[in-house]
Amino acid sequence: MSAVAIISIFTLAVFVGFEVVSKVSSTLHTPLMSGANAIHGVILVGAIIVADHSTTNLELGLAVGAIVLATINMVGGFVVTDRMLEMFKGKK
Amino acid sequence: MSRTIYDLIGLFAGVCFILALKGLSHPKTARRGNKIGALGATIATLVVFFYANEGSSLPLNNLGWILGAIAVGALVGVPAARKVQMTQMPQLVALFNGVGGGAAALVAIVEYLHLGDTATTAEVVFTVFTVIVGCVSFSGSIITFMKLQELMTTRPVVFPGGRFVIAGTLVAVLGVAVWVVTALGTTPLLVLAGLSLLFGVLFVLPVGGADVPIVISLLNAFTGLTVAASGYVLDSVLLIIAGTLVGASGTILTRLMAEAMGRSLFGTLFGAFTAKPQDTSGVAEDRPVRSGSPDDVAILLNYARRVVIVPGFGLAVAQAQHTVRELADLMISKGIDVAYGIHPVAGRMPGHMNVLLAEANVPYDQLLEMDEVNPTFGQTDVAIVIGANDVVNPAAQNTPGCPIYGMPILEVSNAANVIFLKRSMRPGFAGIENELLYDPKTMLLFGDAKASLTKVVGALKAL
Repeated sequence: MSAVAIISIFTLAVFVGFEVVSKVSSTLHTPLMSGANAIHGVILVGAIIVADHSTTNLELGLAVGAIVLATINMVGGFVVTDRMLEMFKGKK
Repeated sequence: MSRTIYDLIGLFAGVCFILALKGLSHPKTARRGNKIGALGATIATLVVFFYANEGSSLPLNNLGWILGAIAVGALVGVPAARKVQMTQMPQLVALFNGVGGGAAALVAIVEYLHLGDTATTAEVVFTVFTVIVGCVSFSGSIITFMKLQELMTTRPVVFPGGRFVIAGTLVAVLGVAVWVVTALGTTPLLVLAGLSLLFGVLFVLPVGGADVPIVISLLNAFTGLTVAASGYVLDSVLLIIAGTLVGASGTILTRLMAEAMGRSLFGTLFGAFTAKPQDTSGVAEDRPVRSGSPDDVAILLNYARRVVIVPGFGLAVAQAQHTVRELADLMISKGIDVAYGIHPVAGRMPGHMNVLLAEANVPYDQLLEMDEVNPTFGQTDVAIVIGANDVVNPAAQNTPGCPIYGMPILEVSNAANVIFLKRSMRPGFAGIENELLYDPKTMLLFGDAKASLTKVVGALKAL
């Protein structure tokens, strides 16, 4: 991918990221932080890619460690956010 | 699967994440938003198994290891997320963030080892960035976890010359980073990881308990950026989009939180460089306070027209959310006007108290935010402060130089009477004495919040 394409994607994503959360009530700060936290768990994808092309035991060991940590981050993050939000339902 | 389809599916997952963040910003759509995010993450993970990267073939190498590691991660993560008490939520978020940062750092190290001499300078620079920030996020999150879990002191940890040690460590990190980029080798990279871990610890230690949520949010944004950098090295559009989104939204969220708490972001973050050891002696612990019995409290409440309940973290620790609702319902049945005054950072994290009270089925419309409730304290007969301290401490308004100075507070001192339910005279999470406790119109009811409230409910029923 060209450097310009990457910089374009990065820049647009920065603005989208700013915009989507610019007006959020403090009530939702905790679930929002937790949800954003779960999203960066997609580093799991990266961990799987490096595990795939690991050639030495050291590489594979570290990659497996990364997969475990990333899975905890992603799966745990979404489950815990859902638990928090479940309590908000029907309280309008 | 062709590269085009693979990338388009990645784009789809990226859109899911945007919709997730958008949904999470509104109470009505929050839960759906989170589900959309989970869907995006699941799709993104599944699709990796069906695309062969350059020089690789399907099925993926080390497939057994990969699936086994995912199973282990899920077996650790899901029960932790299911079983955690709502009161311990901030710790868990800190911990999840930390392991994410750790994962990003490990991915960068493996990729660096793998690429060896073939890495381009840009790839090395991004790798170095990910290792530094991922390690800082990891060790910093572990320290915030320990602070919140009270495995260590919640006060700022400051030692003489600390700022020079921190600045020195930062310089060393940057120096080694240059070394890695120029020299290329495994040893420099591991030294860099070690120093970054140390810097993360030193960076978070001087942060006071009340500022910890801001740090968690910031480290969350950091981890997002490391994921974006990994996306560059691994040539994954999805990781770039997802990481950047979290980095940007996390930065805004950090700023919003700091604003809600009346903290300067700069002051919080660079407290490490400016903090001085505090004089914690000399507090007048032996001054007289007016303590009352549950009956005294019940009588005061019985003749009140308007009561505002100010819940704090102590309420949640005592698991007294249901008892406080019982008390509120009883007062409402007696025709008393009851509201809850919720400080933005009541609990340990912004919005934490709303979650805790929602768990006890307290009606949403009785929860008043700080700006709504503050003007009404003048017409309030009794303010009951349950297990809260820092969020009602007038020192935030009238003692320049104290750690919470400038934080907006609930002005309970404007109410005709103030009742504090406390376990002891121990100061709050921020470790600051509260003058309001010695005010003549303040009555203290000592004891476990749940036990005290149960007695008050009993006494009020008998009246």
